[in-house]
Order: sequence, then C-alpha cells, then structure tokens
Amino acid sequence: MGVLLLSILILSMVLSGCKKDRPTLYVYNWGDYIDESILGEFEKETGIKVVYDTFATNEDMYVKIKSGGSSYDVIFPSDYMVTRMLEEDMLEKIDLSQITNHKYLEENLMGTEYDPKNEYTLPYMWGTMGILYNTTMVDEVVDSWDILWDPKYTKEILMLDSQRDSIGAALLKLGYSINTLNLQELAEAADLLKKQKPLVLAYVVDEGKDKMVAGEAALALTWSGEAAYARSENPDLAYAIPKEGTNIWFDVMAIPKGANNIEGALKFMDFLNRPEIALRNAEYTGYATPNSAAKAMLPEEIRNDRGSYPEEQDLVNTEVFVNLGSTLRDYDRIWTEVKAY
Amino acid sequence: MKRNLTMIPYLVWMSLFVIIPMLLIVYYAFTVTTPEGTTWTLENFSRFFEPIYLRVLWRSVALALVCTLICLFIGYPVAMIMAGNAFTRKNVVMLLFIVPMWMNFLLRTYAWLTILERNGFLNVFFSTIGLPQMNILYTNTAVVLGMVYNFLPFMVLPIYSVLSKIDKGVIEAAGDLGANSFQVFMRVIFPLSLPGVVSGITMVFMPALTTFVISRLLGGGQFTLIGNLIEQQFLVVGNWGFGSAISMVMIVVILLSMAVMSFFEDEDKEATLW
Amino acid sequence: MVKFLKRCYVYLIFAFLYMPIMVLMVYSFNDSRSRGAWGGFTFRWYVELFQDRTIMTSLYYTLLIGITASLIATVIGTIAAFAIHNSRGLKKKLVMNLTYIPVLNPDIVTAISLMILFVFVKLRLGFVTLLLAHITFNIPYVILSVLPKLRQLNKHLYEAALDLGATPTQAFWKVIIPEIMPGIITGMLLAFTLSIDDFVISFFTTGSGVSTLSITAYSMARRGINPKINALSTIMFLLVLVLLVIVNVRQEREQKKGMNGKNGSKKQNGSSSPEYTDPQYGSKWM
Repeated sequence: MGVLLLSILILSMVLSGCKKDRPTLYVYNWGDYIDESILGEFEKETGIKVVYDTFATNEDMYVKIKSGGSSYDVIFPSDYMVTRMLEEDMLEKIDLSQITNHKYLEENLMGTEYDPKNEYTLPYMWGTMGILYNTTMVDEVVDSWDILWDPKYTKEILMLDSQRDSIGAALLKLGYSINTLNLQELAEAADLLKKQKPLVLAYVVDEGKDKMVAGEAALALTWSGEAAYARSENPDLAYAIPKEGTNIWFDVMAIPKGANNIEGALKFMDFLNRPEIALRNAEYTGYATPNSAAKAMLPEEIRNDRGSYPEEQDLVNTEVFVNLGSTLRDYDRIWTEVKAY
Repeated sequence: MKRNLTMIPYLVWMSLFVIIPMLLIVYYAFTVTTPEGTTWTLENFSRFFEPIYLRVLWRSVALALVCTLICLFIGYPVAMIMAGNAFTRKNVVMLLFIVPMWMNFLLRTYAWLTILERNGFLNVFFSTIGLPQMNILYTNTAVVLGMVYNFLPFMVLPIYSVLSKIDKGVIEAAGDLGANSFQVFMRVIFPLSLPGVVSGITMVFMPALTTFVISRLLGGGQFTLIGNLIEQQFLVVGNWGFGSAISMVMIVVILLSMAVMSFFEDEDKEATLW
Repeated sequence: MVKFLKRCYVYLIFAFLYMPIMVLMVYSFNDSRSRGAWGGFTFRWYVELFQDRTIMTSLYYTLLIGITASLIATVIGTIAAFAIHNSRGLKKKLVMNLTYIPVLNPDIVTAISLMILFVFVKLRLGFVTLLLAHITFNIPYVILSVLPKLRQLNKHLYEAALDLGATPTQAFWKVIIPEIMPGIITGMLLAFTLSIDDFVISFFTTGSGVSTLSITAYSMARRGINPKINALSTIMFLLVLVLLVIVNVRQEREQKKGMNGKNGSKKQNGSSSPEYTDPQYGSKWM
C-alpha cells in the first residue's frame, strides 16, 4: 500500500515536473467552441503557454470553479451563470483599458442585465432561443410559440430537456416573463407543459439538432447557434423567433477570482476580440459573433441571415435569463412533475 | 496466509475514499443551508417521501430489475456456451465481449439513436424485407435495450469465469449416476455457478439503477429516473442536501434488500456447494 | 449440430453488441459533421484527428489512467477479495456492504464527494486525484470478479499442495493464483472498461491540463460530437482486433510446438497449470 502510494506520487511528480519556466494561461471553455489553431498563434505571439480544457455545461463548470481545486485564468460562462457567480463574488473585475479591441463589440450587445457596466465580462458569442422547423413538414408560417401546442404535430415536436428553456417557452406563450418568480404563473406554465406532453416526441438536449437534420421531427425548441449548424446540414430547415418574444443569450469571457495570470488573461481576451480572430471563431463554430468588424467580414448570406443575426425588430421582447435563487427549486419541482407525469 | 493483515490495505483505502466522502454526503443530507447559516434538518428526507419522487424510485428499481433479468437470461447461455467446447479460442471470444465497451459511451448511445429512429437503420432494413415499421425509440423498451446493451458484459464475464473451471468430473459423475442434462444443469452446474451469478447480478443491477444518460437519450427525457433526479439536484438546482438525501435513501433501501437476499444465499451455499 | 446452434446464438449476441460499433465506424467516413445527414465519403476526420492536440493528449491520459488504475485496483482488489473470503459473520457483511457503496452510489455523488475531499486535504486536482478516484471505483468490480472464483476454490487444494511438499508461497503462487486467474483477468478487464468509459467522476476529479477522451467527447456534445472521435474509435477498434489476431497466431504456434513436445494436454486457458486442474485430482477431494 505504501509502495503503491509512493509510486503514484513519483509518477505524478514526473508527469507534472515538466518545464514550468514559461508563463502559462489556463483556459476553460465549452468543447469544440474555438478554432484551436488560434491557441497556437497566441502562444507564438505572446510566448504564453495555453492549457486548454473543456466543459459540457455551465453547471459542470460552476461546480468545478466553486470547488477551488483547480484554477483557471479565463472561463466562458453563459449569462445566468454570470449572475450567479457575481452574487457569490467569484469573478475578477476586468481592466477594459487593457483590451483595446473591445471597441469592435456591438454597442447594443453590451451592458446587459447580468453585467450592466461591463465590468466583469465581454461577450464571446450570442444568440436567441426559437423554433427550428422543417419546411417540408410545416406549411404554415411559424411566428408564434402556439405552434408547439398544435395537435396537428403530435409526436413531431422536440422540446428541450432543460428546465429554464422549456418552462420559458410556456411562460412566453402565456405572455409572462421567463424570469418570473410568481408561483401562480409557474403553475399555469406547468399545466401547459403537461398538456403539451402527449404531443412531444422527446425532450432532447444536444442530440436534437441531429434529429432535425435527419428529418425525424417537424418542430424543435432550439438555440440559434445549434439552429445555424442544423440549417447548414439540411437546407429544408428554417429558424424562427416567435413574435411573443424570446430569450436572448450570451456566452461570455470572464476571469474567475483566484486566477494566477490576469495579465495573460487580458491579453487572451484582447486577442480573441481582434476582428480577424473573431471572424475565424465565428466561421468555425457557426455561432453569431458580437464583434461588428468580424461580422462585416462574414460572407453576405451569413451576415444577412436573420436567424443568426436578427434585426432590431426581431429582438423587441427579448429577455436575458437571470439567476433565480431559491425559486429555481420550484422550477425544478415543476419540471420533475411534468416529466414524471 | 496471514488473514488479519490482508484486509488492512483495502480497509485503509476504502475508509479514505469511500467512508469519509460518504460521511460528507450524510452531512449534506441532514443539513440545510440558508443565508442565516447551516441547520440540522430532516426536511430533505421528508421531501423525498412525496408520491412523485417515490414513483421515480419505483420506476428506476423496476427498470433496473427488468434489465438485470434480461441480462441474466441472455447472458447465462452465452457464458455456458463460451465455457463449453463450441469455441476453441475462449480468450478471444471473451475479449470480443468487452471490446465494444471500449468505444466512447456517448457515441455508442448516439449510434443506437441512429439505429432505432423512425428513419433509422432498423426501420429501413425492415421496410426493405417487407416487415412493418416499429417505433421503440423513446419508450421503456428502448431504455431497457440500452441498459442491457451496456451491462451485458458485466453479467457474462463473471459467470463465464466461474463456469470455465467447473470440475468436469462432477458433471460426468452426475451423468454416470443417471441424471439427464436438464437435471445436471439444475442440480449441478447452476448451483456451482451461483457465486458468479450473484456477482453478475450485483454488477448489473446497481449501476443500472443510477444510470441517467441512457434514460435521457433513449427514453427521450420522458421518464425521470432516480439517476436523473440526483444529477439534477447536484448540478442544475444546486440543492446538494436533497440530492444527498435521495442517494442515501436509495443506498439504504438496496443494501437492506441485499442483506435479506444474502441471508438466503448463505443457506443455499451450505446446502448445495459441498 | 448443437455446436452449430450454440455458435449461432453467440454470433447473434455479437451482432447485437457490434451493430452500434459498425454505425459509429461508418460515420467516421461521413463528410458532414452531423449524424443526421450523409455528406459523402471522406478521410478528412482521420487527417484532422492527428493534428488535434486536445484529442491526442486526452487519448494519452485515457490510456495511462485506464491501465494504471486497473492494474493497481486489481492488486488491491484481489488482496481484499482474499481477506473478505477468509473473514466470517458480521465483519464480512460489513465489508461487503462497504464494497457495494461505490457501485451503488450514483456517479455524480461519488464525483462530488471525492472532489470535496481532495480539495479539503489540499490535494491539487489533476492526474493524481483522477487516478485515486478511478482506483476507488474500480476496486469493487475486481472484488466482485475474484470472489466467486475463491468461493469455487476447493478448500483442500491449498492444504493438499502443502502435503505434497510445496512451501506456502509456492502453494499460493502455483496453485491458488492460477485457479482464480480467470476471475482476476475478468476483474482487470472490467476495471479498465469502466475507467475509459467514465465521464462524470473523471470530470470532477481532474484538474487543468489533464483530460480524458470521455471528458473531451462529452464537452463537445453541445456543438455536436466531432467525427474525429468516431475516427479515433475506429482506429482503436481495428488496433485491438489486429493485436488479438497477432497474439492468437503466436499462441497457436506455441501450442503446436508444445504438442510436438512432451504431452498433448490441451490448455484451456493460457494461464491454467494442467497438473492441478486435472479432473482426476479434483475428484479425489470430493
């Protein structure tokens, strides 16, 4: 036993004992969410070594950062997670004067609820929630959440297996805020979702986009980034933002408290905001970039695609998800009820 | 053999990495944290005994049981055939059973989606040979199929390892004494393989109970199982107390029923093994 | 005829086990990122795979962790199985229940409780913590694989070996270990399988710079798992197959040599020693 532990320790020392002289930047991002050749260029230009790790959900990332067991310098949380991390004082303030390229970021995508003065975060990608549909299966105009409750599409509808998003769609159909704390409104949303359940083919997470590409369902509740990917694989698909309004989301860059290389982190954020770099990431991921200069360089059919880059009038009723605090437990109870119903 | 000493490394290891973390879970289960501080409570447990959550537990146990039984009925003959003389390269056959599990789990499960979908491989195949379509994706059947697929090797291998060295003399002796092959199986082979069967059942039933990815992907998220519920408490809701309480209740229920089972098993062993 | 039917049954099960593997291999040649559309035949994922440093380092850590963790778990687990086998009564029951806990605990509970423990003792999350976690959830599977073989063991085998003049060490290594070898191998294989398949526990117990293939693949889920992972799986699968064939051809050659040599006893298992598994010998002790 002692020998075993000793050998583990030695092994780990050998493994971690690699050269430590170069400054290192620890980056924590969603999987496959960056053109990785950019990391090499950043290393070459600055001499900073990048250690790049990936996570699958905001919640996974949050628990890891919260535990304090490993430290990162740059993280990529989404909007509502930023609220939660700010409430728990987990983010470092950003010195914007160090990030000169932030001038390229679009004005109307800055200063949103989760970070009104842009003191802590800069947007990396953004998008909306909406309905992805197959034009060969849906004839009518898709412009309202109501279509997800239309019995004509029984077993042709994919909803998201995500509490906030699916309950959010029901709340929007009812004309309520997606951040409601009103239990009466939530109960109405729950009834609506229970009524919808017989029509739903499945509650999906990440596999939904491929199902839509394969023509397995007619309608799906989706995020615009995934919709862009699905539409590029299957031209029959279209994406609509319902007129009742929807959720607008942001994946942002931030520096967690306890970061060891803040200087490097700022350099990295500045680097990612360079128009040509932002352009490459937008092209690689297919998600919408908040960088106006990069957007201007995109091919016209992407730039003018209202699904990825909606016009002002599409965004009139949009809301950002904010952290709900203890009311989240009520959302959870409702969701369990809907699914175990 | 020095009996007293051999247990020590294991006990040390398990105390450090199982018992201490479990105590932590117990602590979370019995406390509730509010802005005013942490207080002891039974609230997490009382919440679990609401009908909606009990239904989730019951459904999970039922699915895991069905999965275990199917694995046993499919897997036992496989193990027996492998241990017999139908194949000369037994080691290869055994390895071929485990190799599929070395491919990425998520990709394997996605592949099942591709196979079972409405326009999936299976239905395309059925329609070419003139059979009716079948839609089993997003049903309990699909969930059980996914579980059986993933846990079958855990049933076959331990049974095979026991059967592969059963004394041929015993079987021949039973035959010489006039037992037909069914009697030989029921009275000699099966009782002798029982330790392997018990291990197999344990290694299938327990993980099947708490799986959550299979039920989410193949069940279309329509059937919340206990694994999904616990995962959701820890990650999405951030209610570690409730999540801990659920898993504690589940562990206690299962260990108690195992204790009842092992009571019978011990008696069996005395009667049949020697 | 019966033999033929038996083989058919096993082949049928193989078809069931390998159907999804075939599907995922086919999609490694798909010139489209999506599982839902066939974009034509391509080798580009294979080319891109070898340029992807994230995937290549994850592969390295996956194999390193899988092999180290399963070996260490096999040693600890086998010793523990002996100890459990030799104990009685309440003590045995308690230790067995302890063994069941990691199997029964939902992954997320094991993961988070271990993570908190590691952070609490100021162990930096990384390779060591990942390895410790893997060994911990592997040990029970080794025990559960070895224990049935010990129960099956003829109680008098050990004493008989001593009577025949073997020293206790010889009796242990030459008689007992070969007898339970199939159980040990089963345990090690299952442990390795669990190690390379695990996502949840790995994710929460690893630290910056150390990622496994499962973690890399799962985190790609939102954007769709890149077919590079399919390509890697295909290569791994074919490699294992080739290795199996090589080992077998070699074994066969050795066996032939052995046949031409002194005795014609057919080895059932590469590891079994014929002197002690001779049915005649066993039946003497019935």
